[in-house]
Amino acid sequence: MTGEARAADERDGRGREVTVGEKAVGRRAGSGPVLLGVRHHGPGSARAVRAALEEVRPGVVLIEGPPEADALIPLAADEEMRPPVALLAHAVDEPGRSAFWPLAAFSPEWVALRWALEHDVPARFIDLPATHTLAWGRQEDEAATEGERPLDAQEAAADDTGAEPADSADPADSPDTADAADPADLRIDPLGVLAEAAGYDDPERWWEDVVEHRDAGEGDALAPFTALEEAMGALREAYGSGGHDRDLVREAYMRLQVRAAQREFEDGVAVVCGAWHVPALRQKTTVAADKALLKGLPRVKTDMTWVPWTHRRLSRTSGYGAGIDSPGWYGHLFSAPDRPVERWLTKVAGLLREEDRIVSSAHVIEAVRLAETLAAMRGRPLPGLSETTDAVRAVMCEGSDVPLALVRDRLVVGDVLGEVPPSAPAVPLQRDLTALQRRLRLKPEALERELELDLRKDNDAARSRLLHRLRLLGIAWGEPAASRGSTGTFRETWRLRWEPELSVRVAEAGVWGTTVLSAATAKAEADAVTAEALADVTALAERCLLAELPDALPTVMRVLADRAALDTDVGHLAQALPALVRSLRYGDVRGTHTGALAEVAAGLAERVFVGLPPACAALDADAAEEMRRHVDAVHGAVGLLGDAPATGHGRLRSRWQSVLRVLSGRDTVPGVIRGRAVRLLLDDGELAQGEAAVLMGLVLSPGTPPADAAAWIEGFVGGGSGGGMLLVHDERLLALVDAWLTGVPAEAFTDVLPLLRRTFSAYEPGVRRTLGELVRRGPGAGSGATAAGAGIPGFAADLDTARADAVLPVVRLLLGLDDVDENTNNDLAGVTG
Amino acid sequence: MTVSVEPTSVEAGETVSTQALRPHAEDAFAHELAALAAQDDRPRPARWKLSPWAVATYLLGGTLPDGTVISPKYVGPRRIVEVAVTTLATDRALLLLGVPGTAKTWVSEHLAAAVSGDSTLLVQGTAGTPEEAIRYGWNYAQLLAHGPSRDALVPSPVMRAMAEGMTARVEELTRIPADVQDTLITILSEKTLPIPELGQEVQAVRGFNLIATANDRDRGVNDLSSALRRRFNTVVLPLPESAEAEVDIVSRRVDQIGRSLDLPAAPDGLAEIRRVVTVFRELRAGVTADGRTKLKSPSGTLSTAEAISVVTNGLALAAHFGDGVLRPGDVAAGILGAVVRDPAADRVIWQEYLETVVRERDGWKDFYRACREVSG
Repeated sequence: MTGEARAADERDGRGREVTVGEKAVGRRAGSGPVLLGVRHHGPGSARAVRAALEEVRPGVVLIEGPPEADALIPLAADEEMRPPVALLAHAVDEPGRSAFWPLAAFSPEWVALRWALEHDVPARFIDLPATHTLAWGRQEDEAATEGERPLDAQEAAADDTGAEPADSADPADSPDTADAADPADLRIDPLGVLAEAAGYDDPERWWEDVVEHRDAGEGDALAPFTALEEAMGALREAYGSGGHDRDLVREAYMRLQVRAAQREFEDGVAVVCGAWHVPALRQKTTVAADKALLKGLPRVKTDMTWVPWTHRRLSRTSGYGAGIDSPGWYGHLFSAPDRPVERWLTKVAGLLREEDRIVSSAHVIEAVRLAETLAAMRGRPLPGLSETTDAVRAVMCEGSDVPLALVRDRLVVGDVLGEVPPSAPAVPLQRDLTALQRRLRLKPEALERELELDLRKDNDAARSRLLHRLRLLGIAWGEPAASRGSTGTFRETWRLRWEPELSVRVAEAGVWGTTVLSAATAKAEADAVTAEALADVTALAERCLLAELPDALPTVMRVLADRAALDTDVGHLAQALPALVRSLRYGDVRGTHTGALAEVAAGLAERVFVGLPPACAALDADAAEEMRRHVDAVHGAVGLLGDAPATGHGRLRSRWQSVLRVLSGRDTVPGVIRGRAVRLLLDDGELAQGEAAVLMGLVLSPGTPPADAAAWIEGFVGGGSGGGMLLVHDERLLALVDAWLTGVPAEAFTDVLPLLRRTFSAYEPGVRRTLGELVRRGPGAGSGATAAGAGIPGFAADLDTARADAVLPVVRLLLGLDDVDENTNNDLAGVTG
Repeated sequence: MTVSVEPTSVEAGETVSTQALRPHAEDAFAHELAALAAQDDRPRPARWKLSPWAVATYLLGGTLPDGTVISPKYVGPRRIVEVAVTTLATDRALLLLGVPGTAKTWVSEHLAAAVSGDSTLLVQGTAGTPEEAIRYGWNYAQLLAHGPSRDALVPSPVMRAMAEGMTARVEELTRIPADVQDTLITILSEKTLPIPELGQEVQAVRGFNLIATANDRDRGVNDLSSALRRRFNTVVLPLPESAEAEVDIVSRRVDQIGRSLDLPAAPDGLAEIRRVVTVFRELRAGVTADGRTKLKSPSGTLSTAEAISVVTNGLALAAHFGDGVLRPGDVAAGILGAVVRDPAADRVIWQEYLETVVRERDGWKDFYRACREVSG
């Protein structure tokens, strides 16, 4: 029967149905299986499928999907099963190789499944078994590793495996990995062609207008399918397989299955599949030809289960690419009993009210009017998502896109999380974990025990990584504990305890991926995006390094850089920097690639440099003290960072010093910070002793309020280690301090005293005593050395070379420099001097 | 004396519009409006000169079946014009928001011209706009001579629009004092304007509507009360979408202004214009052009109009004090002035931008140096 003749036949059937009613079903059924071509996540399609099934009442429902899942079908009727869920197929020996078939409440396949279960009609999946599709993916990967394909294509192929049958971006069908593998393999987008023919620039919109927004329930339930089949038939005639070469194999398999079902159930066969496949299923081919196509397909041992899914993952933006932009909107269209636009806008109003925006019923009324008029003006049958969105923006959001983003996130995409009954087979993540536990000889035990890991050993390092990854996933099997004895970075102590409910946690974490590694990576990325504070992201970066998740790092780093750029509080930045630098060094210890990290750390440092001077102005005492700690932290971090490679940030250290100079010289900066800046510069050798003395004299001169001067002193000599030693050794500075102190008027002295006491009481008793003795001896005593001017105070003007040489052999021994060349020798001499 | 008076006294009536420095939209594009009206067979709301679809075509441009080319009046997202026109068709008032230089007034004028064929029923909002400008005033000579009557009443543009079923326009709505703004509430919700002195009212005739424009950087000056805000559908006119489009607009405008100021044409100006536009766009969007680095946005608007003035200013500097070629140094000071509006916060943002973005960028060394110089 030609396509045309059949179409006529179908029309005939339809005509009769109106007049003869009952008989029509038998007539149609006799013409072969009822083929219901759908879009994979189309509420309109779902509705139409339900209506068609109600009318045709088939004896068996065949659904496009992996037949390995047949045994799992009854679970769909389980009370605890709540869509969106996905069928997950994965290779038994390689849990990372997997594929998902997501089903939402408004998916036609789900509707068909539920209909079959409710009516005690057998349901079957008829697509090519996952054992073959997964094996295809493996073959491609192997081919790729042989270097037949460029690197990016290989990655794409690997990624695509996960999404392959799930992807229904073109509603007619799911593309397969061949696409990514071969760029020359051009494929057509069947909807795009049809939409273009209808004069639409956006295929999605065309499909919405023609199929999804169609009023259900009027006329023949099968009419839309017939029309769609004709259109698809014409397309397939023009384009053949349209570049979807593997579809031919899949369709051959489906045809065989349909035939088998027909033999078994005679007429009552209904098939729910992508509209693109319908003409191929209608095609008359010989069994032998179909079997020939299926010969010699590779296979891999696979396992299937149900996993919970989310609306966010159905949305195109999340990368899994089930291929719909607006699952929440579709869900609404499917579940709303009537007046979808009014109900939708009421929902939006409710959401905006929860967020404390003033939205009245009058707003909703106006929004509905605007949406409907817009639809009329654009020539659409019903307001679609774009019309309602425009109306919400203009009427409820005062033209602003900010609240609209909220609407999009919460309603258009939505936060719906599916549930799967516990009786569903174990998720591959659990298998992967079990395998890892066996390999690493780390048995899950309920008894708490402590585990010491030496990260220099491969096995221990792998154990540490596993525990860190599990922690990221919220599976708190091990808790890090303080190491006893050693504080070395190569040692880790864990407290292990396996609680039974952790198995549940593992099942929950199955959403994130099929292996511990991929799940932890996905979780870390998601956490980074949702993290609230900058410090959270830096902490996450640290954990990513500990758990060795190099794939998650780029995302975390991007988020980190973004947060840093937008954070206006220098304190936050200064806090984040040391953690980041710490992870940088830790990453080095573990041999992780940390180039990106160094880049971000350098950027963060730059921002701190720019923001610090203005942030230091006009602070009270507590804030100044906190800021001084930040300055110290940044100084330490810059010191460490100075060695790390970072392109374009070569002169971090010198820039930091110029920031310190600015700080030290600005009057609006609190004394404690100014003093600190001078001290840090002095320690770095950036400020000559003489300059420091000038600065100090300036600050301690009688004009300065005593409290300010005392704060400066505290910043200068207090805190840190060896603060007092500087005073002991630098007699000129001591003389300055001494002169200032004796110059303080009696009435002001009581104001200064507490501050001074705070500073000086922190010194060790020995230092205090020495200072006291020095002061008693009087200023200038024993300052013969400084009189020479050139030398470093407290030391002779010239090196005592004989004494210096005596030290050298020991230093050589310590540094392990047996073959020291002349230069190093000089440096060493400088150091010892 | 007589010579100068002569031409104006002779030119009267129709020819005034052709002599006008800037003719009204309905005059300047009369042929397009006529062609659209002739071809337009879609349903028109009461007293509309064109159907909503034709109004959208008038603004967005297109070619009519008979080959008449309609020039685009507004270059931007189609969605915006569609929502605006639809709003007017649903007899809701339309509020056009946007930073200065986003063609708010231009769009409102053309909408009024296309819908009602008259864009002159205009109230210019200022801090001193009185209630009479929106409701009605009195001719005091008449009032004293004959007592209150309709003859003594001086209707406002809004009142006339109500009586005749036309489109009224209110410019810079947020500059009008709040108590005066609120007189619009009754007009927009009850569609009536009571005249208690006469015990009468003016009821709006079908076809009446109102287009207001407001500068959304002025929010908080005379913020609309939520009661008034509720009467409006709001459409925000965005800044140019792509850098190329903006560079195009800036260089075209700069060229026009430069010619009217008799500045010598700068041979190599395009590169510098591109740079100014890039800086403005990046700071405005809070993200670098390559989309890889986030930035803080300063408090200034950094609109296209400001970019134009920065470049014009730079050209003047180059022409009068430089070597005639637009160089980084000529625009640096202007950019600094446009970016740093709040001396504390914006300065940090600007320096951060300089240090983290400009310094690293290839070919921007001289610009970086120039900016460092003026930033101090």
